[in-house]
Amino acid sequence: MIRSSAVEMASALAKGEITSVALTQLHFDRIASVDTDVHAFLHLDTDGALAQAAAVDAKRAKGEKLSPLAGIPLALKDVLVQKGIPTTCGSKILEGWRPPYDSTVVTNLKNNDIIILGKTNMDEFAMGSSTENSAYGPTHNPWDLSRIPGGSGGGSAAALAAFEAPLAIGTDTGGSIRQPAAVTGTVGVKPTYGGVSRYGLVAFSSSLDQAGPCARTVLDTALLHEAIAGHDPRDSTSINAPVPNVVAAAKSGDVKGMKIGVVKELNGDGYQPGVRARFDESLELLAKAGAEIVEVSCPNFEYALAAYYLIAPSECSSNLARFDAMRYGLRVGDVDGASAEEVMNLTREVGFGREVKRRIILGTYALSSGYYDAYYGSAQKVRTLITQDFTSAFTKADVLVSPTCPTTAFKIGEKSNDPLAMYLNDIATIPVNMAGIGGMSLPSGVADEDGLPVGFQIMSPVMKDERMYLVGAALEAALLSKWGGPILSKAPSLGGLA
Amino acid sequence: MSLTYDDVIAKYEPVLGLEVHVELNTNSKMFCGCSTTFGAEPNTQTCPVCLALPGALPTVNEKAIESTIKIGLALNCSIAPFSRFARKNYFYPDMPKNFQISQYDEPICVNGYVDVEIDTDEGLKKFRVEIERVHMEEDTGKSLHVGGATGRIHGAQYSLLDYNRAGIPLVEIVTKIVPGTGKYAPEVAKAYVGELRDILRSLGVSDVKMEQGSLRCDANVSLRLIGAEKLGTRSETKNVNSLRSVERAVRGEMIRHAELLNKGERVVQETRHFQEESGLTRSGRSKEQAEDYRYFPEPDLVPVEPDATWIEELRAQLPERPSVHRKRLQEEWSVPDKEMAAMINADLLDIVEATVILGSDPTKARSWWLGEISRIANEQNVSVKELAITPTDVAEIVSLVVQGELTDKLARQVVEGVIAGEGKPAAVISARGIKVVNDDSALMAAIEKACTAQPETAEKVRAGHLPAAGALIGAIMKETKGQADAARVRELLLGHLGQA
Repeated sequence: MIRSSAVEMASALAKGEITSVALTQLHFDRIASVDTDVHAFLHLDTDGALAQAAAVDAKRAKGEKLSPLAGIPLALKDVLVQKGIPTTCGSKILEGWRPPYDSTVVTNLKNNDIIILGKTNMDEFAMGSSTENSAYGPTHNPWDLSRIPGGSGGGSAAALAAFEAPLAIGTDTGGSIRQPAAVTGTVGVKPTYGGVSRYGLVAFSSSLDQAGPCARTVLDTALLHEAIAGHDPRDSTSINAPVPNVVAAAKSGDVKGMKIGVVKELNGDGYQPGVRARFDESLELLAKAGAEIVEVSCPNFEYALAAYYLIAPSECSSNLARFDAMRYGLRVGDVDGASAEEVMNLTREVGFGREVKRRIILGTYALSSGYYDAYYGSAQKVRTLITQDFTSAFTKADVLVSPTCPTTAFKIGEKSNDPLAMYLNDIATIPVNMAGIGGMSLPSGVADEDGLPVGFQIMSPVMKDERMYLVGAALEAALLSKWGGPILSKAPSLGGLA
Repeated sequence: MSLTYDDVIAKYEPVLGLEVHVELNTNSKMFCGCSTTFGAEPNTQTCPVCLALPGALPTVNEKAIESTIKIGLALNCSIAPFSRFARKNYFYPDMPKNFQISQYDEPICVNGYVDVEIDTDEGLKKFRVEIERVHMEEDTGKSLHVGGATGRIHGAQYSLLDYNRAGIPLVEIVTKIVPGTGKYAPEVAKAYVGELRDILRSLGVSDVKMEQGSLRCDANVSLRLIGAEKLGTRSETKNVNSLRSVERAVRGEMIRHAELLNKGERVVQETRHFQEESGLTRSGRSKEQAEDYRYFPEPDLVPVEPDATWIEELRAQLPERPSVHRKRLQEEWSVPDKEMAAMINADLLDIVEATVILGSDPTKARSWWLGEISRIANEQNVSVKELAITPTDVAEIVSLVVQGELTDKLARQVVEGVIAGEGKPAAVISARGIKVVNDDSALMAAIEKACTAQPETAEKVRAGHLPAAGALIGAIMKETKGQADAARVRELLLGHLGQA
């Protein structure tokens, strides 16, 4: 049962073949059996989840109308607050903090009766591409435990790939949903910026952060997308418009006559051969399904990474200023005679990890008077140019596509001392965040040279998220017959259960 | 050997710059739904947003935008079709986010002016104070530093933080530099802040209570040699909390600067704190090394783009300008310029107007507030508005005098009683047994008694020597404990002595 899709689980629940309590317990059992190796979770809310499941079972017994994902378990990235449940963002500085309120995403999950199993591991404050930057130790890729599961949302992606949960929530600032999805053979969507409320999402880079759905199939992802999306008056940047019809698109998968634009700049040099092979193959499959493949050029994408590493650190240097030991979280050095400033300094010294400090320093510098125009100002101009590149490309194609990342999962420790090499992992995902558009990664097979999963990225214009689900569903169906089953079935099985 | 003010203005030209912070009177905070009620238990008016809990996001209070646009319109500003919030980054424990959401290079209102009238040697003269910008921001929390000698953070044993104030909407109104005021700089500064306060009050957007801090003024002052073009170094005197202090602070700083400059020393660019008792300022934070606030546009808030029709609706709803309002009152009440100026200067126009609205004759209302009541306030060294007497009380007392229930002299006793906290006028009258004696037979008895006691004086009056009546009237008034109407006493007395 745990290897089923969420839709299949929902059907079993609806038919009374299993209860939500039993389904939830099965997942806790799986977690108990494999998570020592995978380390996807930072916190399990066993009692809360089982109580929530029992409540859903009771509603179902009474014949109440339930949402499509009611009773299905989910793994929540530890960057979204849930009332009373520890939220650390993978950082020591928030150790022990229990938020007194629910994020809007959590409220929406609860309103849809989705069972929240616990909080998943992540790079500290979502800064990283490998989950190695977690203060609580790395998460391991279920395909090969010596490899990284991507990041920052490695915990959520690994939980899906290890069948610890059929649904997960991630957040994506520069690729933190899509890159982990790519390297774990799962599906992840970064919705249009403003499509899902950021209220209660602990900010890394406010203008780029976006929470989104993760699952093992395109339809499951769409159902979760629908459950969490929508306007929220508590988020000023939330878009006040109907949620795009992603579920219908995922069910249809009809791409006949659609124009699919291959971004010239997001392919070629620096991309692993197996990644390119799977990408080209996917294009053929989509062409066979009736789509027209065209090439588009986005010349300013070249500057996206550099601009991102000015904007994101700048915003983070300000967003993370609130962790000052005054009101919550860690407090270090609070001894007689210590000044508030000393306590703040010591707490931040001890509480933040290296990568977080690196970015705070970068951002503080980039915003400094005298440097602002050269750094933050220029980066914002690049951002505008990237948006214009997308706008012009979308006049030639309905969606744009590229490999999600240049390589398959690398080894834990391989790039941890080379931040630039690590940053390059997000080269294909970052432009999407810069422009605030939607992006999906879904598995397109495994690379011949290492047998590891490869991700295919689909990008859709602002609030046209349904388009990536159309293409994703079409490709998923074509790949299913090509590979004779889900890509994830190629992964080695972990633990005793299957 | 300190300089006199005349020495200063003979040599130097003062240049002013005024920054006024106004707390808006919205029901909820700038970026969250928390209450703004003053004086609640510490930290009871807080939520995830104003405590800056991880994940919480601000949303803009629309009422605050509306109030700010009204202020901009009333100050003759243009309203920006596009403005943005920015983050001002600095660490301080009473600022929950460690940045303040403010407006920086894209404020909501720009380029306005306020005209003020000053009573100069050449009569009333108009000065125009140009407004550079009006922008919105949020207030910080409050720190109470305990255990130190100075009440400041350095040396304190511990600090208590109250975040009730964190996020209260503030509007900052910044003038351009104000040259050309010459010796009237202190008066112009005071008149400008007063006018601003009256405008804000008429708009109903703030309590504008300087003593409670809902209107705070920072006065920037610099001096340059008369005829020089280059501006001198300025000092910034913070949180001057009364109109009178604005005037004193500017004057004091002018003298302090001039003394430094005359000695060949330089003025340090710094903030100064005004000290109410001495009227002097003491040195605060140096601004020689500009603090780097790392401003950048607030990514959590969408830009403010007010609809043009909405702005015009707000413009159409603007109340009568206080200066126009004053002109109208002056005409309606037929008050001479000088006395009108005195009333405004004493900050009593609103209270007189309130009394008139309650039915009092304008002249009588004015004479009570500016006369007897001001005298008592002076004696007690408090402001008139701090006294326990209201326009309602004064209107009632005036009406009793008009009806002949009180004489002017008795009315003064009632005023005194009300101010002493003995209650409303009726209560004071009954408790003190104040009553006009207008029973003629009682008066006649007293008259006869007085004439019997001073037969010679009575004889003189009877013989036509009327000034002698004074001594008799005095005796009669004494007999009736001052409660008789002196005019009536005189009339009856003269009648009694055959002089009617």
